[in-house]
Amino acid sequence: MIAHAIFFYVFSIIAVISAIMVTVSKNTVHSVFFLILDFISISCLFIMIGAEFLGMIMLIVYVGAVAVLFLFVVMMLNVAQQKNQWFNSKENSGHIPIGLIISTIIFFELIIVIGGWKFKPELSESSATQVSNEISNTHSLGQVLYTDYVHVFQISGMILLIAMIGAIVLTFRQRAGVKTQSYLKQISRERSEGIEVLEVPSNKGVKIDD
Amino acid sequence: MTEIGLGHYLTLGAVIFSIGVIGIFLNRKNIIVILMSIELILLAVNINLVSFSIFLGDLTGQVFTLFILTVAAAEAAIGLAIIVVYYRNAGTIRVEEIDKLKG
Repeated sequence: MIAHAIFFYVFSIIAVISAIMVTVSKNTVHSVFFLILDFISISCLFIMIGAEFLGMIMLIVYVGAVAVLFLFVVMMLNVAQQKNQWFNSKENSGHIPIGLIISTIIFFELIIVIGGWKFKPELSESSATQVSNEISNTHSLGQVLYTDYVHVFQISGMILLIAMIGAIVLTFRQRAGVKTQSYLKQISRERSEGIEVLEVPSNKGVKIDD
Repeated sequence: MTEIGLGHYLTLGAVIFSIGVIGIFLNRKNIIVILMSIELILLAVNINLVSFSIFLGDLTGQVFTLFILTVAAAEAAIGLAIIVVYYRNAGTIRVEEIDKLKG
């Protein structure tokens, strides 16, 4: 139990510090790296409390895909070196105290809810999908994911497909002056449009306009 | 202190959620950091769902965390695509210079 506590505090302190660094870091690339650190420590917490599958999926999806996507965009857009302007007095429109007040209020509301929270003791018996101790976390997730939640699962697949199509459509652009092969045009060429037989008058030649 | 319960995890989620909200409000740099703050908020939501799921012995929270993960990935992809298109058109993604929609 003491090891659980030690690991919880270590991982959560790393997570909180790296979350703060995501927000305040001057360089956007550093923000992305701290985001990766945050995801890694949270997925360690997930693995620690027994949600191994979600911890691994967090690593794959966030660290492997989303964070790399962020990194690509940050490096592509050349915004990494923009200086942080939190405390620029010229452009300061009073957003710092408002943001701090709202975030503090949200935080204390959440703390109040956590402190005064209770659940009915018969709640966990009445739940449809119990956590079982005999089979592994991944096994039990798979058992409910492909039976009870199969429609939601397919809808999430549709969401991913639509997101992919949307991202491609948004960022696709036709550049002028790029020479590309058009296979349809190539294979549908006929002799009549390819060559032309001309009567060449002697001593005059022909004028070919193309 | 050494007994880690549900409240500890919920507090961690609350802290990360608040940091994400602070990041959205205080950011004057570029929109990508705002997207990262949104990812932090979704991460806090995931922490809450997973810890409730584990401590109440109900798998539904983990299933929904999986779906939130999916939606978060889709949202990040679409958001970054919009940012790339905006940068291509306007040449900037600084938060205070994005004011085309101001009244």
